[in-house]
Amino acid sequence: MPVPHDYLFFIDPNRCIGCESCVQACSECDTHKGHSMIHLEFMNRRESPQSVPVVCMHCDSPTCAEVCPADAIKRTEDGVVQTARKPRCIACNNCVLACPFGVPKMNTREELMMKCDMCYDRTSEGKRPMCATVCPSQALFFGTQAEIDRLRPRSRAINDFQFGQQKIHTKVRMMVPHDAAIAHIDVVDAMCADMGEDDPMLSAAVCSLPIVSKT
Amino acid sequence: MAKPPTRSLDINQQFGPHLAYAEGIRLDRGVEADRQVKTHCCFCGQQCGIQLRVKDNEVIGFEPWEEFPFNRGMLCPKGVKRYLQGAHPDRLTTALQRDSTASGGFRSMPYDAAIRHAAEAIGRIQSDHGHEAFAVLSGASLTTEKTYLMGKFARVCLRTPFIDYNGRLCMVSAGAANKKSFGIDRAANPWSDILGAEVVWISGANVAECAPIPTNYVWQAREQGAKIIVVDPRITPLARTCDLFLPVKPGRDVALFNGILHLMIEHDWLDHSFIEQHTVGFEPLAESVQSWTPARTAEATGIAERLIRQAAEWWGTASTSFLMHARGIEHHSHGVQNVLGAINIVLASGRIGRESCGYATITGQANGQGGREHGQKCDQLPGARDLANPEHRAHVAKVWGVSPEDLPQPGIDAYEIFRKIDRGEIRGLLSICFNPLVSLPDNNFVARMLDKLDFYVAIDFFLNDTAHHADIVLPGSLHEEDEGTVTQIEGRVIKINQAVDPPGDARQDWRIIQDLAAALGRPHGFTFQNPRAIFDELRQASKGGIADYSGITWEKIEKQHGVCWPCPSENHPGTPRLFEPGSHNPIANGSGPFYFPDGKARFNVAEYTPPTEEVDGDYPVILTTGRVVSHFLSGTQTRRIGPLVDQYPEPRIEIHPQLAARISIADGDWTTVTSRRGEVTLRAQVVKTIRPDTVFIPYHWAGAKSANRLTIAAQDPISKIPEYKVCAVRLSKASAAPQDAERFEIE
Repeated sequence: MPVPHDYLFFIDPNRCIGCESCVQACSECDTHKGHSMIHLEFMNRRESPQSVPVVCMHCDSPTCAEVCPADAIKRTEDGVVQTARKPRCIACNNCVLACPFGVPKMNTREELMMKCDMCYDRTSEGKRPMCATVCPSQALFFGTQAEIDRLRPRSRAINDFQFGQQKIHTKVRMMVPHDAAIAHIDVVDAMCADMGEDDPMLSAAVCSLPIVSKT
Repeated sequence: MAKPPTRSLDINQQFGPHLAYAEGIRLDRGVEADRQVKTHCCFCGQQCGIQLRVKDNEVIGFEPWEEFPFNRGMLCPKGVKRYLQGAHPDRLTTALQRDSTASGGFRSMPYDAAIRHAAEAIGRIQSDHGHEAFAVLSGASLTTEKTYLMGKFARVCLRTPFIDYNGRLCMVSAGAANKKSFGIDRAANPWSDILGAEVVWISGANVAECAPIPTNYVWQAREQGAKIIVVDPRITPLARTCDLFLPVKPGRDVALFNGILHLMIEHDWLDHSFIEQHTVGFEPLAESVQSWTPARTAEATGIAERLIRQAAEWWGTASTSFLMHARGIEHHSHGVQNVLGAINIVLASGRIGRESCGYATITGQANGQGGREHGQKCDQLPGARDLANPEHRAHVAKVWGVSPEDLPQPGIDAYEIFRKIDRGEIRGLLSICFNPLVSLPDNNFVARMLDKLDFYVAIDFFLNDTAHHADIVLPGSLHEEDEGTVTQIEGRVIKINQAVDPPGDARQDWRIIQDLAAALGRPHGFTFQNPRAIFDELRQASKGGIADYSGITWEKIEKQHGVCWPCPSENHPGTPRLFEPGSHNPIANGSGPFYFPDGKARFNVAEYTPPTEEVDGDYPVILTTGRVVSHFLSGTQTRRIGPLVDQYPEPRIEIHPQLAARISIADGDWTTVTSRRGEVTLRAQVVKTIRPDTVFIPYHWAGAKSANRLTIAAQDPISKIPEYKVCAVRLSKASAAPQDAERFEIE
């Protein structure tokens, strides 16, 4: 019995504690044992312990698939973008370079692009994806829109992103502060926003590093 | 003579730490597990539920256990990778005897011969120098059944007063203060009470790294509108998004709590009826905090006055709250005073003993709670009874079938045992589940003391760093190789289930202890057939005590997903929340909610004294120590698990850019930290997330990387906890990498 169709994946970077439980658990999944498909980045450890987990966002029109010269990357009917088909993948790296979220990884030994397939093997048996199950802060959450609305009234979920001229609509949602007007996610803003010369240890100010640029 | 038989590097080459990664059937995608065993994590005091996937006699992976209510499938990276400790190349599968001619300094010997040899040595020392010449060091990661057996073994079989355990380095300041204030040493609330709190106050607890699962509880409370206050010298991952961060100067927590109470009194943010009906001692306390004005508090704590006022207002005016702390306020020469200060602001608020109103220390070790209740502490008998109390002695002596006069009097703390070795009064040692060479402060001293012993026998599953000094090593059991109970952070007694059998000659620890008792010719009371039989005796021994387990059965644990003690009868459901009207309390017997004859809690004046070693011109920087998320305690297990080592391979010195600039240290530079006791050279990690007057080093490593070469052996006069969180050091840029930097640990 697969998980119900209205179960969605949410990333809530405000909650991330950088523990890498998701990374460690991902490499235990049966379909890609020994390889973790999750990226967990410390934004700027000198300034802050802010970290951000990135799973595949599962785009409606996946850039990775669009740039694939071998048509190796398929999207399932329910919107999951899969690891490249092994017989087709030519390990050209186009997808790795083109993905605006930086998700696909090239496994050079197997000459295969590998990426998060949202634990297809688990969700098809009614289990939650491994990373969202173990995540101690629930920065990675798997459930319904109604559940997350009830559990996280301070935030709202977005799944429209703009990178330069490219608009992207994704299956995976990103949680952002409720009252923040979202223009677009700008990595540079997020890295040092609002910190400047202001050192919380000297001013004893509350440390907050917004992940979303405020307009 | 217990000097290591050969160089550490040679021992490491033979016995590790080597790094285990998933390989073979653990990596093979086609392999199906034979079964999944529901059990708990082997590491910290959260005791997350987990299912181990077993093939033949090997744990090949894990599956989240989403039905277990505390963690609902959540796990930290240590829990995810813990299965790699099994079938490990470093696993001890035979007994060992020191032999300087053997590769690695030890040679295998038959198990029975090792038991005989150890028993003869123990017997010789005790007949030549008295029973008191032999000591036992035990641990709080053992099941409760084993900790019970260790206490009984020391007192009944060895007849020595000298047993203590590594919980001495962990929760004892909290335990002592809780007993002084509440009359009972247990987290007062289930974690679900965090969810409804208006204010969550977290002092000295790196929750996200050291007890990751409560993070979700804290964040969930915040989603519902709770204000989160974090008090810490570092911006920990949880502090990053808290509502109020108070960057306290290490060692000044009690000053902050006194300052908060001062403001609560000034603004009349007090629950007068609670104070009047349910407490004693408020007047002298109020007088004692009169001088703790916001200005003086700011001066002492290094926290801006406006932040102190803000914290007091939020705390003072809340209608529900949860205060948590951990080692950050407990590891001090005035650790008990710090905790008393915390409890005072809880009691003054009246917010305890009801839903969404909580207080707890975050227990550190796997069985940090159960391991401190049933008699392996130096002054304690099962059921949290006192070894000095004649009635308590009589009860337990009867269960054990001995005369109360034959029970030794209270002994001494773990560090004092080493001082007695120094004085030649203790000449032999047995250790289990304790790695003092890494975990005790000023560990150069500890190494010298191990060398002075006539005889040292260690029980462990890996050859830990302390066991390098052993004469005989007996191969014990991993967590997944035995069954029994532990009591987790909420006071919930849960069941550890066996997944695999011990390999080779390795034995379940309780069998080893019983084999020693038999070889010593004193088997009476040490003929249990299984852990359940030990548990059943423990239930009787704890009956009527504060930590009353008499109504807990393994079946009930399974049925209820754990049973919170006290549980005085089989039809009693257990006590998730303490201090509620009408809840079981054998001391007050209905006169009030707290565990004193009058049922009232005690306010205690919490005195501020500075740390034992203040900074000065020679040693101008504060060193504080702690943990990182991918390692556990002395690293005996986690330094052997490849993916966890990859996540945090080496200890680093966290240092603020201002301080780094003054001594010309850049990120990644080799930096020497020197205290009056020793020095280490490690790489610097330059971060703005630590106070500029303080540096931080995680303590999980041994030898030249051990933070405890630097720390001071000052102890709290009441709890005897060491002052790990403050000592004075100086820093300088190292001219070169330390010798053997690349290969010191990992061959």
